[in-house]
Amino acid sequence: MKILVAVKRVVDFNVKVRVKPDGTGVETANVKMSMNPFDEIAVEEAVRLKEAGAAIEIIAVSCGPAACQETLRTALAIGADRAILVESSEELQPLAVSKILKSVVEREKPNLVILGKQAIDDDCNQTGQMLAALLGWAQATFASKVKLSPEKAEVTREVDGGLETDSVKLPAVITTDLRLNEPRYVTLPNIMKAKKKALETLKPDALGVDVSPRLQTLKVTEPPKRKAGAKVPDAKTLVEKLRNEAKVL
Amino acid sequence: MAILVIAEHDNKTLKKATLNALAAAQKIGGDIDVLVAGHQIKDVTVGGVRKILQADAPHLADFLAENVASVVLGISKGYSHILAPSTSNGKNILPRVAALLDVQQISDIVAVESADTFVRPIYAGNALATVKSKDPIKVITVRTTAFDAVSGSGSAPVEAISAGNDSGLSSFVGREVSKSERPELTAAKIIVSGGRGMANGENFKKVLEPLADKLGAAMGASRAAVDAGFVPNDWQVGQTGKIVAPDLYIAVGISGAIQHLAGMKDSRVIVAINKDEEAPIFQVADYGLVGDLFQLVPAVVEELKK
Ligand SMILES: Cc1cc2nc3c(=O)[nH]c(=O)nc-3n(C[C@H](O)[C@H](O)[C@H](O)COP(=O)(O)OP(=O)(O)OC[C@H]3O[C@@H](n4cnc5c(N)ncnc54)[C@H](O)[C@@H]3O)c2cc1C
Ligand SMILES: Nc1ncnc2c1ncn2[C@@H]1O[C@H](COP(=O)(O)O)[C@@H](O)[C@H]1O
Repeated sequence: MKILVAVKRVVDFNVKVRVKPDGTGVETANVKMSMNPFDEIAVEEAVRLKEAGAAIEIIAVSCGPAACQETLRTALAIGADRAILVESSEELQPLAVSKILKSVVEREKPNLVILGKQAIDDDCNQTGQMLAALLGWAQATFASKVKLSPEKAEVTREVDGGLETDSVKLPAVITTDLRLNEPRYVTLPNIMKAKKKALETLKPDALGVDVSPRLQTLKVTEPPKRKAGAKVPDAKTLVEKLRNEAKVL
Repeated sequence: MAILVIAEHDNKTLKKATLNALAAAQKIGGDIDVLVAGHQIKDVTVGGVRKILQADAPHLADFLAENVASVVLGISKGYSHILAPSTSNGKNILPRVAALLDVQQISDIVAVESADTFVRPIYAGNALATVKSKDPIKVITVRTTAFDAVSGSGSAPVEAISAGNDSGLSSFVGREVSKSERPELTAAKIIVSGGRGMANGENFKKVLEPLADKLGAAMGASRAAVDAGFVPNDWQVGQTGKIVAPDLYIAVGISGAIQHLAGMKDSRVIVAINKDEEAPIFQVADYGLVGDLFQLVPAVVEELKK
């Protein structure tokens, strides 16, 4: 079967972002960008399924500016077979991304689409569920284990109370959680190989998708800062302070 | 204007997260209805709202997103806003509803500015975005820690509604519930959390549990502790785990990565116990104790006994 994987280019998880002084957003110039960590897990899972003989082709898709090519090359280096960039300089909100992905799915006809559960920049946690809805497919979100058979996938999901297992009919959408796998390191030979793999560029217009944002960002501000308190010398002082000063005990 | 709030429940009791979502709904203002979708629903009730809409059918027993979303869709016409708490169910179901309504969902709001303008954290809470929705229906998940629960006492009139059909797309297989006598992490007044510094799962039992017992606290963890298999996944506090804001949060052997802070920095009082005095957790801690947790935690337990 064919697997489609969605990868987003985001500010690297190690960067402490700063709000722009004019309140229009966060500083992204000269900031390290990487593949969204949940999407690395998504690509890794697809590659493992292929290595296990359960899939024959993996297509990585990214939506955003031309620089997303880098992110797609990383996906190719992990083991995706080819890549599609849907290029747009507009701000793409999850509804728009899910519409783009839907049209790519209709073109490529995969049996499975794997996305991250959440992009660590917008923290939306929406796109996979939206894509499943638009396609009329089953969804299995927050996956920590995937057992794939030709007709269905049995997916263990990380939920509030622990773990839940659902069985979804294929084709389906799966979103990844942290414990699904540990992505491999990309090796130099694989980076070289990735350069030769096909990367196609499309435009949302050509796909007939209206990507105009529905949410207008009025302003972006810094959250209230928490003041560091004081170090206490020992357990006795700590308990005293919690009792008499903070009054939480 | 009428608002639909999707209840979080287990077919027997209403979960507190619903009461936080109701608080957000009250801030928006208007008539509020609560949807209880499930099976063999008993005593899942709440007061202070216009009515409770009950959809009861076997295919809703396990809250599968495909089935619940279609129930919501069936009644969406009468509402200007559809809200759910940001629980794993809320996050699973609501974007499906939003997409079918052709609406851009607003995730995890922490404040209501007006009926169409909301504040939500982005970048692990390092920035707050004020966003205005242009969609005719606002579909919103609510960060529960940001809204004080309404009392919800009493019980509104119940109206049975159509449960729709089973989509046949997915089915429930099983559940591994982490059983615990402790308060639920997201509802606890005190939380004791452990990180990689705990070194193994056994130490969570031997060292951290006595402290949690003494305080009647819930237990949490960092991602590193969960990934290492020390404790179950649903203990994870953080950007991509649970968001908590108890009166007292005690972080033990946790360095304080931004992803962890994102989940607990709104706690009223934070205590950190860490042997590294430079650990970033101390930048948000009200009280810091520097030293070896294996000595300090038992010492704190001893002091609490006095
Ligand atoms: C996409 C993504 C999502 C993430 N989501 C989350 C999330 O939701 N929640 C989360 O927590 N993390 C999350 N992380 C991980 C995060 O970046 C950190 O890696 C993690 O929080 C570190 O956990 P830790 O503090 O337990 O471990 P470490 O950073 O290794 O810190 C261990 C600490 O224990 C101290 N210590 C060790 N031994 C002792 C001792 N004997 N006595 C006292 N102190 C001791 C050390 O000094 C150190 O400060 C995420 C990361 C990514 C990439
Ligand atoms: N611009 C994008 N390009 C490709 N994939 C995306 C994009 N935005 C979101 N996704 C996918 O959707 C997931 C969830 O994103 P979000 O709903 O924004 O939290 C991500 O982990 C990606 O897999």
